[in-house]
Amino acid sequence: MTYQPRQFGDVILAVENISLSFGGVKALTDISFDVREHEIRAIIGPNGAGKSSMLNVINGVYHPQQGRVTYRGQSRAAMEPHFAARNGIARTFQSLALFKGMSVLDNLLAGRNLMIRSNIFLQALRVGPALREEVEHRKRVEEIIDFLEIQHVRKTPVGRLPYGLQKRVDLGRALAAEPKVLLLDEPMAGMNVEEKQDMCRFILDVNDEFGTTIVLIEHDMGVVMDLSDRVVVLDYGKMIGDGTPDEIRSNQAVIDAYLGVKH
Amino acid sequence: MATAVAAADTFPKLLAAHAQARGESPAIREKDLGIWQCWTWRQVADEVRLLAAGLAARGFRPGAHLAVIGDNRPRLYFAQLAAQSLGGIPVPFYQDAPAPEMTYVFQNAEIEIAIVEDQEQADKLFEILPQCPKLKHIFYDDPRGFRHYKREELSSYESLLAEGEAWSKGHPGFLEEAVARGRGSDTSIMLYTSGTTGNPKGVVLSYDNLVRSSVAYTQLEGLTDQEEVLAYLPMAWIGQNLFSYAQWLVAGFRINCPESAETVITDMREIGPTYYFAPPRVLEALLTQVTIRMEDASAPKRWMYRHFMDLARRVGANILDGRPVGLAERLQYGLGGILVYGPLRNALGMTRIRVAYTAGEAIGPDLFVFYRSLGINLKQLYGQTETCASVCVQPNGQVKPDTVGTPLAGVEVRVLDSGEIVLRCPGLFVEYHQNEEATREAKDAEGWYHTGDAGYFDADGHLKIIDRAKDVGKLQDGTLFAPKYLENKLKFFTTIKEAVAFGDGRPVATAMINIDMQAVGDWAERRGIAYSGYQDLAAKPQVYDLIRECVEKVNADLAADPKLSGSQIHRFVVLHKELDADDGELTRTRKVRRRFIAEKYESVIHALYSDIDHCWVEAQVRFEDGRTGTVRAQLAVREAKTFPPQAAAKAA
Repeated sequence: MTYQPRQFGDVILAVENISLSFGGVKALTDISFDVREHEIRAIIGPNGAGKSSMLNVINGVYHPQQGRVTYRGQSRAAMEPHFAARNGIARTFQSLALFKGMSVLDNLLAGRNLMIRSNIFLQALRVGPALREEVEHRKRVEEIIDFLEIQHVRKTPVGRLPYGLQKRVDLGRALAAEPKVLLLDEPMAGMNVEEKQDMCRFILDVNDEFGTTIVLIEHDMGVVMDLSDRVVVLDYGKMIGDGTPDEIRSNQAVIDAYLGVKH
Repeated sequence: MATAVAAADTFPKLLAAHAQARGESPAIREKDLGIWQCWTWRQVADEVRLLAAGLAARGFRPGAHLAVIGDNRPRLYFAQLAAQSLGGIPVPFYQDAPAPEMTYVFQNAEIEIAIVEDQEQADKLFEILPQCPKLKHIFYDDPRGFRHYKREELSSYESLLAEGEAWSKGHPGFLEEAVARGRGSDTSIMLYTSGTTGNPKGVVLSYDNLVRSSVAYTQLEGLTDQEEVLAYLPMAWIGQNLFSYAQWLVAGFRINCPESAETVITDMREIGPTYYFAPPRVLEALLTQVTIRMEDASAPKRWMYRHFMDLARRVGANILDGRPVGLAERLQYGLGGILVYGPLRNALGMTRIRVAYTAGEAIGPDLFVFYRSLGINLKQLYGQTETCASVCVQPNGQVKPDTVGTPLAGVEVRVLDSGEIVLRCPGLFVEYHQNEEATREAKDAEGWYHTGDAGYFDADGHLKIIDRAKDVGKLQDGTLFAPKYLENKLKFFTTIKEAVAFGDGRPVATAMINIDMQAVGDWAERRGIAYSGYQDLAAKPQVYDLIRECVEKVNADLAADPKLSGSQIHRFVVLHKELDADDGELTRTRKVRRRFIAEKYESVIHALYSDIDHCWVEAQVRFEDGRTGTVRAQLAVREAKTFPPQAAAKAA
C-alpha cells in the first residue's frame, strides 16, 4: 500500500527543566521535551520512573517546583487543570474515570460538559436553544460512538461492560471534549492481545482522522515502538533518552535501564 | 399505478413503478449515528439514476459484472439496482470471505468495477489485484481510513455520484432507454455457491426467476407494501436476495439495515418487523439469550415462565394452527399472553411478526415449537440458490415440525427411485456461469433439476427431506437408511453433541454418540454425580441411561414414520473422547467423516454388530500443542428399546 509520509506541525506543547518533588522524594528532575502537533509521543520507563507524574504536570494536577510548561505559545510555571481542560487537553486514566451506573451515551455526553453553553434552567426545561444545543452534542457523541464501534452498548450501564470496552468508553469520554492534545495513561493496561490491537487501531485512527496530538504512557514496548513517532524515556525521575523508536532501541542508557547493568 | 408494478418484469422497471406509485413513502432505512435514516422510493430512484450514470461514465457495459462487497448498506442495494438498470449483473460477495477466496470469482466473472463498503473490503481487493488484472475501479462507501491511500483505482461513492451527475447532463434520457431495453429473461444477478469441492459455481438467475418466485411468496402470504423487514443476512445469500431485495421490489415494502452486526437484536426491537427470515442458528442464539436471562430472574418470575411455557408447549401451536383446544386452556393461554408470551415476543422484537421463515439447515423440533407456541407464525421452507429458495413452504395452519411443507405455486417435485428429489420451478436458474458441464449435470434435458437431496412425500403431501442423496443407504432388508436424519434427531437433544449412525448394508442401525460436556456436566452436578473428566463422565452408567432415553425417544419418533421405522437404532455406544477435526474425524466445518470414523473405530463397530456388551478402543489423539498420544478405554455397548411401526400399521 502506498501511504503519504507522516507530517507534523509546530511544537504545540513543551516542558522545560521540570522538577517535581513530594517532600524529600524527587519524582521528576530537570525534564525537558516537546510535542509537535499531530504526532504520537510516548513516555516510557520502568515502574516508578515518574511517567504518570509527568502527565499530571502536563494537565496541571501537579505543580512542579521548577520549570515551565508552554502550551500553544503560552508559557507558564504550572498548568492549571481547568485551563488545560478548557483549552483542549483531555486525558484518560489508568484506573478509568467513568460513571459506572450511567450508560455509555451519558458518560460520553458528560465528557462534553465543558462545552455546554446554555444555562442549567434552560437545560432542565429542554427549551429553545438548550434543546438545539443538546441535539448538536448528541450528534457529536454519536459520531464518536460510531468511530469507536460501540453502538451495541450505547445504552448499557458502563459498570456492566467488560474491562476492554470500558477502556474504549474512557477514550470516547476524553474524545467527546474534542481535544487538541490527548493524554493517554496506559491505554492498554490489563488488555488481552486482541483488545490491544483494537486499541492501537483506534489510537492511530484518532490521530489520523481528527488530527489529535497524542501523548501516551505505555508499558508494552512492542506497542510503543509500533505506535509512536517519538519516545521519551524516564528512569528514576530523570530523562535518559529522547528520540525516534529506532534511536531509542539502540540507546545504551535505555538498554541498561531496562535490562540492568553489571556493577 | 398498481398495474405498472404488476406489469414490470425487471427490478429497474419495478423501481420506476414504485417511484411513481408511492414515491414519498419510505423504501429503505439505515440506522446511522443512532437515528433511523430514511430514503423514499423517489430518493432511491434518483440516487440509482446518478449511480448508474456514474458507472456508465466509467465504462460499465450491458452484460458486465459488478462486484458488490459489504454488509447490508442502502448504498450497496443502490449499486445492485444501478448495475441492473444498465443491463449489467451484480455479483454480491460474502463480506467475511478472505481475499484469496474472492480471486476466483473476480477472474471467473471478469469483473472490472467493484463497489465496497469500507477499507477492510478495499484492502482485500488490493491484495488480490495482481491476480485480477481486469479489475480497474474500486468505489468505497465509508471513507474512514482511506485518507492516505494513493491508488488510482480507488475513488469514493460520492465522487461516482458526482461523475454521474455531470455525465447524465450530456446524455439525457439514457437511463429510461436502458431500463426499457431490459427483459424478464435477462440475467438479473449472479450468486456464487460455495462448492464443497473445487471452485465455486456462479448461479445465473434471471429476472423471471426472482420476480416469479417473489410473486408466489407475496400471493401465498398476502404481503403488502406495509411490511417491515430487517435486512441483516449476507447479501450474497439467496435468502437475503429473495426476501429483502426481490420481494422488496415486487411488493414495495420497507427494508431496514441495522447499525452493525452486534446491534441486530436492539434494531429489531425498534423496527418490529412484520415479515422475518432467520436461519436456525440465529433463532437458537435468541432462545439461549432468553433462557440465560430467565435463569437470573427472581423465583416467582421463573415459576411463571416455566408454568406458562409448559402450557404453551402443549396448546400454543394448536391455537396458532386453529386446532381445537379446551376452553380452560384457552383462557389460561390468554392469561399467559398478558403475563409471559406478549412481553417475551416484545423482548425478541417479534410482536408484529405475521410470517417468519427459517431455512438453511435442519431446525430442532424444540426450537421450532418454542417460537410457534409463543404465537409466532414461524415456518420452514425448502430451496437452493439454484431454485431461488422457492420450492416448498409449510402452509399456514398445517405446519409439521419435521417436513418442509408443500410445493409453491408452479413448482413440480418428483422423487426418483433412488430417493433423490428432482424438480422444475419458475425460479429454476438459467445456468452456471461458463460451466456447461456442471449445468448439464444439475439440469437434465427435460429441465428437471437434480437437488442431490433425498426425501419423500408424506401422507398429507408434505415433502420431508432426510439426507443428502449420496449418503442415503439401505439396511440388509432393503429399508431406507438416512444417517444424517438420525444424527440430526439425536443432536437436537442438548445432551448429545455429535452422533454417527451406521447401518448401510447392515442388518440394523446403530450409533456412536458424543455427549455434550457442558450440558451433561451440569446435569451430573445437579444430581451429585462425581466425575473426573470427559472420559469418566461419558462412561458413567447414569449417563448411559440418560443417553438411552434420548435414543429411545428418537426410536419412538421413527416408529411413527412409515418409511423410516425400520431404521431405529438398536445398539449404541457413548464415545470416550470428543470427535475432533484435529484427529480427522470431523471436517473443518464440523461435518462427520463417517467412513474415516468407521475405519478408525473398527473394534467399536464390530462390538455394535455382535452380542458383546463392551469393547476396547485405542485411539490416537492430537493434543493442541501438536503432540500425539494414545487414549485407551473400555466402552460399554448398550441396547435401546425399539418400537413396532405404528403409523405403518395405521396407514395399511
